[in-house]
Amino acid sequence: MAVAVGRPASDDLRNLSLSGHVGFDSLPDQLVNKSTSQGFCFNILCVGETGIGKSTLMDTLFNTKFESEPATHNEPGVRLKARSYELQESNVHLKLTIVDTVGFGDQINKDDSYKPIVEYIDAQFEAYLQEELKIKRSLFNYHDTRIHACLYFIAPTGHSLKSLDLVTMKKLDSKVNIIPIIAKADTIAKNELHKFKSKIMSELVSNGVQIYQFPTDEETVAEINATMSVHLPFAVVGSTEEVKIGNKMAKARQYPWGVVQVENENHCDFVKLREMLIRVNMEDLREQTHTRHYELYRRCKLEEMGFKDTDPDSKPFSLQETYEAKRNEFLGELQKKEDEMRQMFVMRVKEKEAELKEAEKDLHEKFDHLKRTHQEEKKKVEDKKKELEEELNSFQKKKAAAQLLQSQAQQAGSQQTKKDKDKKNFFFM
Amino acid sequence: MEPSAMPEEEMPPSVAPSPAGCQLFGYVGIEAVLDQMKIKTMKTGFEFNIMVVGQSGLGKSTMVNTLFKSKVSRKASQPSQEERIPKTVQLQSVTHVIEEKGVKMKLTVTDTPGFGDQINNENCWDPIIKYINEQYERYLREEILITRKRKIPDTRVHGCVYFIPPTGHWLRPLDLEFMRRLSKIVNVVPVIAKADTLTLEERAEFKQQIQADLKTHAISVYPQEDFDQDPDDRVLNDRIREKIPFAVVGADQEHQVNGKRVLGRKTKWGIIEVENPAHCEFPLLRDLLIRSHLQDLKDITHNVHYESYRVRRLNESNRPALSPLNGLPGKAEGSSDL
Repeated sequence: MAVAVGRPASDDLRNLSLSGHVGFDSLPDQLVNKSTSQGFCFNILCVGETGIGKSTLMDTLFNTKFESEPATHNEPGVRLKARSYELQESNVHLKLTIVDTVGFGDQINKDDSYKPIVEYIDAQFEAYLQEELKIKRSLFNYHDTRIHACLYFIAPTGHSLKSLDLVTMKKLDSKVNIIPIIAKADTIAKNELHKFKSKIMSELVSNGVQIYQFPTDEETVAEINATMSVHLPFAVVGSTEEVKIGNKMAKARQYPWGVVQVENENHCDFVKLREMLIRVNMEDLREQTHTRHYELYRRCKLEEMGFKDTDPDSKPFSLQETYEAKRNEFLGELQKKEDEMRQMFVMRVKEKEAELKEAEKDLHEKFDHLKRTHQEEKKKVEDKKKELEEELNSFQKKKAAAQLLQSQAQQAGSQQTKKDKDKKNFFFM
Repeated sequence: MEPSAMPEEEMPPSVAPSPAGCQLFGYVGIEAVLDQMKIKTMKTGFEFNIMVVGQSGLGKSTMVNTLFKSKVSRKASQPSQEERIPKTVQLQSVTHVIEEKGVKMKLTVTDTPGFGDQINNENCWDPIIKYINEQYERYLREEILITRKRKIPDTRVHGCVYFIPPTGHWLRPLDLEFMRRLSKIVNVVPVIAKADTLTLEERAEFKQQIQADLKTHAISVYPQEDFDQDPDDRVLNDRIREKIPFAVVGADQEHQVNGKRVLGRKTKWGIIEVENPAHCEFPLLRDLLIRSHLQDLKDITHNVHYESYRVRRLNESNRPALSPLNGLPGKAEGSSDL
């Protein structure tokens, strides 16, 4: 049966007017209800030196006490520690993950300090990408661990950014939404703060660091975002202790010379940070992470693996075909390498065999030589033996002859001596 | 330098951590994210694609017009000679943009003239199945691209309204065949068309018969039991399931009843008010489709039907020689592929 799908040739979207209440204005509510029942995920990465106030700020921001002990300063390298918490406010369930950089800025050689951070962020993207590429996947209840916001804590030196800060932020700006903040802002005086802020912003701009821009394309939030952007980077003070101010308890830090109130906009920008991060732009941060940073990572990763989009009119599933081609290529390479190795092996064996033959020949020669020498020596010895035997024989003969003579001589002599003796005795008598 | 991987006591990055509950000491403002979300979705707008299937003359176009209170479909009331029952099943899609209280919706209605109208109706569902799968294919292609669009245009059919002729007896083989095949790939919402020909008792009997038929043939229509997410959902959906299929009457003309203007059909023996729950179940259908379960229809299409299409498609483009796959980093389960 033939099929004809009739569609208007051009995508002419006609606007229709409704003659009554249909009811799909409840759609956003339906969507939101779905999301609330599933819960939200929000992941914050805090990058900053040890002791700069990351944990305290998180406690202050979310109005709770996250369990953690402060880190020491003698970490051998930077490592990332992630902790997840479930927060609930009215009917919103938030799965908050706070990732800390432990040991950042503590080493003597900080060349590689940014690497663990970049690797962690990439690992989260990779995990999501793997899930997305699976055949049987479950994306709708996947626990999203991608970092939605990176709070970069700048030390309150009052002068300018440290080179470690610049390098790290440059490496991170294409992977995550960076929100720079000045930590421990109660150590900077007001006039210095203004200079410090403008110095930081101009340094960021001149080094091409792209920090997160608060969205200004929607009328509802454009105004507040625009006014807040002027105060970047936010100078914050964190505190979980409460001090009595007037007749209320407020979060503050008490010094002998005064009390710094965290939620007082004249004292620090904490309220602005909370507004921007949570109350106004949380959803936008999540969306930017998904549509910009994640897509960029995905594109780079897939291109790196060798895939590219083919023309729309050529083969479908370009990924599949390219993958097969790559696989065959890979197998071919493997085969080639195997052949090469086999050849080398054969060659080596031959060489060794030749060597061994040589050695064998040498040994044989030596053996022959030795044998000959041995034979010669033996002959010599035998000759000598013969000589000696002859000598011995002749000596024996001589000896025998001599003995005979001697015995004869003795006999004659003894007779003589006897005669002599008798003579002597005769004389003496 | 020590390697950066997470130390063992913290969770590895790809495993969902078991979070600790935390007490909030004061108002933080997290719930503002709901408003942020609402604003964002209202700005981007919604898409909804609905398909109406049934024999000609059952009132499909009128029903769609009544649902969306506007002239969405062109009725084939006075067809010219060529426009009469087409020889083959054709699918015609019409797209409109409607707006209500700041919420923009891009509505696409796909009509199927010629369905069930031939003498030999074998395989008349094939073009429809093909169309639905084509939409899934289109979405899949877009999703697989390296450089993806920010918002992938969604032409997948979110709901298919099937019109059952009001015989009053039981489902016909054509109905059973169609619903059986299509409920596997799309959300099917069966309705009894032209229900003003049935009395209330006949209607109740017909419904029971239909429900029994559906059960014997293991056809799961929307809302499917398997996809109830929590007990509240189940209770709500059970109530709906008791009433399926809805007995509806379509009308797009207004009449005077008791001093009010209502949509209805005027007959010699009375005026059938479309929006009166005592007369017909059109309000129930409208509420289900639009006011309460529209997002759910879209979600089930995306999370269930589209995913199973994707699994099938990716598995069939695998040659047997390719499994198990290797050469790609970190593929889980050995059965994953692109």
